[in-house]
Amino acid sequence: MKKLTLLTSGVALCAATMAMANDDLMTQMDNPAQWAIQTGDYANQRYSELDQINAGNVDDLQVAWTFSTGVLRGHEGSPLVVGDTMFVHTPFPNIVYALDLNEDGRIKWRYEPKQDPNVIPVMCCDTVNRGVAYADGKIFLHQADTKVVALDANTGEVLWEVMNGDASKGETNTATVMPVKDKVIVGISGGEFGVRGSVTAYNMETGALEWRAYSMGPDSDILMDPQTTTHLGTPVGENSGTNTWEGDQWMIGGGTTWGWYSYDPEADLIYYGTGNPSTWNPAQRPGDNRWSMTIMARDPDDGMAKWVYQMTPHDEWDYDGINEMILTDQEVNGEMRKLLTHFDRNGLGYTLDRITGELLVAEKYDPAVNWTTGVDMDPNSATYGRPAVVAEYSTEQNGEDVNSTGICPAALGSKDQQPASFSPKTGLFYVPTNHVCMDYEPFRVSYTAGQPYVGATLAMYPAPDSHGGMGNFIAWDNIAGEIKWSIPEQFSVWSGALATAGDVVFYGTLEGYLKAVSADTGEELYRFKTPSGIIGNVMTYEHGGKQYIGILSGVGGWAGIGLAAGLTNPNDGLGAVGGYSALSDYTALGGQLTVFALPD
Amino acid sequence: MTRSLSLLAAAACLVSATALSAADKVSMDDPNIKAAYEEDGRYYTDDGVPTFNVAEDGTVDWPTFSGFRRYHAECHVCHGPDGEGSTYAPALKNSALDLDYYDFIDVVTNGRQKVGAAENSVMPAFGTNPNVMCYLDDIYTYLKAHGSGAIARGRPAKKEKKGEVFAEMENACMGS
Repeated sequence: MKKLTLLTSGVALCAATMAMANDDLMTQMDNPAQWAIQTGDYANQRYSELDQINAGNVDDLQVAWTFSTGVLRGHEGSPLVVGDTMFVHTPFPNIVYALDLNEDGRIKWRYEPKQDPNVIPVMCCDTVNRGVAYADGKIFLHQADTKVVALDANTGEVLWEVMNGDASKGETNTATVMPVKDKVIVGISGGEFGVRGSVTAYNMETGALEWRAYSMGPDSDILMDPQTTTHLGTPVGENSGTNTWEGDQWMIGGGTTWGWYSYDPEADLIYYGTGNPSTWNPAQRPGDNRWSMTIMARDPDDGMAKWVYQMTPHDEWDYDGINEMILTDQEVNGEMRKLLTHFDRNGLGYTLDRITGELLVAEKYDPAVNWTTGVDMDPNSATYGRPAVVAEYSTEQNGEDVNSTGICPAALGSKDQQPASFSPKTGLFYVPTNHVCMDYEPFRVSYTAGQPYVGATLAMYPAPDSHGGMGNFIAWDNIAGEIKWSIPEQFSVWSGALATAGDVVFYGTLEGYLKAVSADTGEELYRFKTPSGIIGNVMTYEHGGKQYIGILSGVGGWAGIGLAAGLTNPNDGLGAVGGYSALSDYTALGGQLTVFALPD
Repeated sequence: MTRSLSLLAAAACLVSATALSAADKVSMDDPNIKAAYEEDGRYYTDDGVPTFNVAEDGTVDWPTFSGFRRYHAECHVCHGPDGEGSTYAPALKNSALDLDYYDFIDVVTNGRQKVGAAENSVMPAFGTNPNVMCYLDDIYTYLKAHGSGAIARGRPAKKEKKGEVFAEMENACMGS
């Protein structure tokens, strides 16, 4: 009780001075001429009110200007635009450019950190970085080696820096950070190296550590109150972060936090998901492995969890739960509800009440998904909220050293980090997806600090008995739990979508196309082939009265691993030509920003 | 329709052409490839370098199959499926042939860096990782088998049984 009072008074003290930063970023985000945060807004809707470019004229779109980032590997995330300045980031070595939009993108300043190159191979799946964040006159860069740096947005001068993790133990970073109130919320990567995932809040002014919430471990580490933190309406109880693990396995438990974060200022809660438990061999870690694979709702002031929901207890397929939580206010059965929608790697699209954590919808957003028959939606059932696992596709039930075949989706999920968007005009979600299945064979693996800790071999291939491609771009109704339309794509769609008030939805493809489709029907309205494959997210801004669309090209990321040489289905033989289509036949490396506008 | 069909056909040709050239380039009688003798289920060249053995019916030796499994746990997140390479890491199916066995072992054990203005390529040191080191010869022979064209992409359909000596050494090495 004493501790609680102390915390409360501490918060009250800060609130007067620190609420400023929060207000500043919220004002910047509310201005549709800018793109002030990677996710478009705190709600992660990736929706813009700009409508100069619209369904009627988007086919006139032209390239306005381009910018080479000087870096070759996978380019995720997007630039920011605040005022007259655009901030562009790169993969390792994580250069930041400030471009003057008044002078055709002249470089105002650049910042290039010095990092130990030994971090490169410790990053799973390329050296991507999902961009910088802005608040209160500062640019926040979270480097590959987990150093968080605050830069003066006007000069690029370093204001403070802090090391969030230890790359020699396999702790790395690929994600952006989220500024909230007087804090910067920071995640961590390294699930394939046996790290213990955590979320950390740093003071925005000083870089001082304010709180850290681990994904598993003792109650004091996971910042959960056994009585007041709930899981599907029930208190989580004592030791919930250790009692579903055998021995001290939680110490290398995974549950990393490298996705996009969202924030509801009214409820004052931040939302994010945790990743897979380490290792990929489920037999080596009996139990539900809480709180890996979990949607978290936490108080940004002290990190305490209000509610949690574990989507995939005891993961058997590497279905990381880190994908973004999109916040919307929508009508459900005639009643306005505050919702959270999440497209999980496991192939299920979840809709929850974001205040209480009540589960409302859990349906497959790719018909190929076969590892589960669905989630138990009966609150009175002993298995409430749990997915029913199909024995044939259970790598746990089939056991070590057995190759389970034909599991859909593959480990990269029906969707990975590539963020979806939501249009309040149509009430639909626009979701970039993967259409890939796998064979998965778990086996015994030993833990060594800083070394990969995987323990499964897998083969991936396009979803069988479908269109032969490896992706779809879909429109999703999160209340009905239904696909409204679906565009087949030859490769996984690894680019974040953008919906606008101009009734257009934009996304990029791995071949390098920027595509614009009708928000209502999905009909293609425009395409342009950029210099390299797109794994970045589409953004928009207005400058000098003109609307622009910006996208980073630069193929790589996890998509660049499997698809570079093409994927094969060992069960299909040579007939499955589609699966042999190699991305390298379409595109090559190269980081470039392409900015589009309508002709004058 | 016609256009997409010819595209597909072209892709198919490309694949088989690649496979042919790999097979053309490498003779199965190459002294660095040809199995001269077998010891406890593992095959060796005349020079005592580990190599693969594929029977006429396609059955691969156990270590090569083991290498397939371990490769797709430890290596493929950078080097791509089947050692075919990724957008940023080399195709190891070629490295296993281009590099001398002892150089290959050295790079995996101690790592390698190529860092400069145009390249940020770093191979980590796996010397302390039992999941790699206990299976290093397996991974090497698997890559050599695929790189030389002796086995196709994907999981080998037939394999010899895991030998007792192999299992004993595996347990000793992995520490159980």
